[in-house]
Amino acid sequence: MNHLPLIVKREYITKVRNKSFIIMTFLSPLIMIALIAVVAYLSQLNNEKQRSISILDETGYLSEVFEDTEHTNYTYLNGLSLEDATTLVKEKDDYGLLYIAKANSLDDVEGHVKFYSEDSPSLSIISGLERQIEKRLKEKKLELDGVTMAQIEASQTDIEIAQESFDGQKSSKIDNIVKLAFGGAAGYLLFMFIIIYGNMIMRSVIEEKTSRIIEVIISSVKPIQLMMGKIIGTSLAGITQFIIWVILGGVLLFVVSAIFGIDLGQVQSPQQEMVNQAMQAEGPQVMAENLITAISNLPLANLIVAFLFFFIGGYLLYSSLYAAIGAAVDNETDTQQFMLPILMPLILAVYVGVFTVIEDPHGTVSTVFSFIPLTSPVVMLMRIPFGVPVWQQILSLVLLIGTFVLAVWFAAKIYRVGILMYGKKPSYKEIFKWLKY
Amino acid sequence: MNDLLVANSVSKNFGNFKALNEVSIAVPKGSIFGLLGPNGAGKTTLIRIINQITMPDTGSVLLDGQPLKTEHIRDIGYLPEERGLYKSMKVGEQCLYLAQLKGLTKTEAKNRLKYWFDKLDIGDWWNKKIQELSKGQAQKIQFIVTVLHQPKLLIFDEPFSGFDPINANLIKDEILQLRDEGATVIFSTHRMESVEELCDHIALIHKSNKILDGRLNDIKRQYKTNTFEVGMASLQPDKVCAEIREKFEVLPATFKNLNDDIKLNIKIDQQTSPNDLLSFLTSKAEVHHFMEVIPSASDIFIQTIKNN
Repeated sequence: MNHLPLIVKREYITKVRNKSFIIMTFLSPLIMIALIAVVAYLSQLNNEKQRSISILDETGYLSEVFEDTEHTNYTYLNGLSLEDATTLVKEKDDYGLLYIAKANSLDDVEGHVKFYSEDSPSLSIISGLERQIEKRLKEKKLELDGVTMAQIEASQTDIEIAQESFDGQKSSKIDNIVKLAFGGAAGYLLFMFIIIYGNMIMRSVIEEKTSRIIEVIISSVKPIQLMMGKIIGTSLAGITQFIIWVILGGVLLFVVSAIFGIDLGQVQSPQQEMVNQAMQAEGPQVMAENLITAISNLPLANLIVAFLFFFIGGYLLYSSLYAAIGAAVDNETDTQQFMLPILMPLILAVYVGVFTVIEDPHGTVSTVFSFIPLTSPVVMLMRIPFGVPVWQQILSLVLLIGTFVLAVWFAAKIYRVGILMYGKKPSYKEIFKWLKY
Repeated sequence: MNDLLVANSVSKNFGNFKALNEVSIAVPKGSIFGLLGPNGAGKTTLIRIINQITMPDTGSVLLDGQPLKTEHIRDIGYLPEERGLYKSMKVGEQCLYLAQLKGLTKTEAKNRLKYWFDKLDIGDWWNKKIQELSKGQAQKIQFIVTVLHQPKLLIFDEPFSGFDPINANLIKDEILQLRDEGATVIFSTHRMESVEELCDHIALIHKSNKILDGRLNDIKRQYKTNTFEVGMASLQPDKVCAEIREKFEVLPATFKNLNDDIKLNIKIDQQTSPNDLLSFLTSKAEVHHFMEVIPSASDIFIQTIKNN
């Protein structure tokens, strides 16, 4: 008798009807969007503020260096004494006073620059000022050595290395960044999915134990059927939630940005910033074109197929372990000691993905971790955009599936014995003994 | 082939702990079979083996002459001692789900549920959640779920715990009716008075071993001591007592009676018949009360376990 569809259906319906599940499904995107909107709004607020900085330059080297920008006005105070200048700046309620004391020579200026302000100034302002002064002084010194401004300007170079693999595939920095973004998103998605819904499976197994219904169920269906039903049902509920999140999040994001006119592009993730940096030199037109080529350069078919397989494989592997933990314990507080061995490889995978794959996607460390079954789903998903030989992907997948089968066998054993054990907090030794029952 | 369920020297170990040691039982068709034993004796393990929740290490179990297999799940209804239901699920949905797991179709299950809900007068519970019901009410639901698929073999582990006397009686009557309709019942309990009322056969398991089994009446016959409880009236009670003591083994008796002066338990040997005793007694005094002492299930339980 195959009861799997029946169990899957029940698990799915109970999960989806659960009040906290419904609330989370609809509240999470709201909270996320609200958060993004607030951050965007605040950073906009911050940027809109105009700052005035006064400059008292007793050397004359720095005249006409500072030009007003969108957020900062510069005022040169010429011929005032330091005290008068300070009083004036205070009265005007300026942000601060940049003071360059009289120096004997160009070389001497270094030690004579000071910034006076009410509060301690922001780091970015100080380093911005420093950069501009350094640039001007360098030019002045070169001029002293007989180099003309024209020569200095002519010496500016902007190098972009064109990348091409031996078999003629062209790529660029932006390609790499797009690859990273895709791989990172896939790996991170899997990671989040495992943590959220693995826990859900564990809790639902524990619930069955605490409500004592398990013996009734288990006298009708095989434990492994019940376990698989739970895993599949919960996953489907999870996918439903995820889809609603994506749709709702997208719509809300659109609505919010339309209503409040907030330029959400201003809230940038580090990856986006890197993309922007890489594209600095080029106009927006070229930028968009490059981005599209970069995406179309990705091994998209491979990416999608591999994503499906590794996502499902990795998720099933971890959820069977979560189910086993749920079966082994009586209540959620007892799960702590067993969670660590599950979380460790998962976190390790993400670390390897973030630190090693970015640095060297085909290096020894990345390659090895993309074969170890507990880390392979995340690491391999991050590597694939950079092009992984098919045999490696297949080998890794075979290892993953093999481990999954082993894990299901192991979990079913624990499940069989564990679900009927009450009132005892099991140790690892105990669980090892169960395997032999 | 009169036995519905036969277990042949079933053994089960959990690590170093022997939960069952070569236990054999035979449950006749249409009987109510009491599976008795102190806590931790191994009853639940045996029941779980019959339900294919755990597998025996050695030995075999036959249902209707066939070795147990997955399809037999349909033929067994099991009410475990550790029972519960999904708390946040509605009564009706839950019953349908559990019935479908036992192999009923949805419409079949619905019809039968309607019959049972009407019978136990709980039709208005259909849309309630289990957590809104009392413990006893939930037990009723659990009972219905156990018997709904009309199994040949019903296994009840402490079915009356959690019921008030009225509902316990109701359930008892239902069990008897199911037996009359042809079901065989295995009944595991500590409550000896319900064993007395319900069971025709019993098996006693103690420390993983079966130490006693058979028809309850046969066992009682085996355990009786040829003792008779006697109540008499006489003008000279001391003299009569002395005369009886000379001939028979006498034990003091405590039973409630209106006006008898002499209350005794008298044991007779194999050669003496109850009629001999009675005629002897009538010649000495006026006999108001004469009854053979039959050991109760409880007495047998305690005595057997003490002897082991």
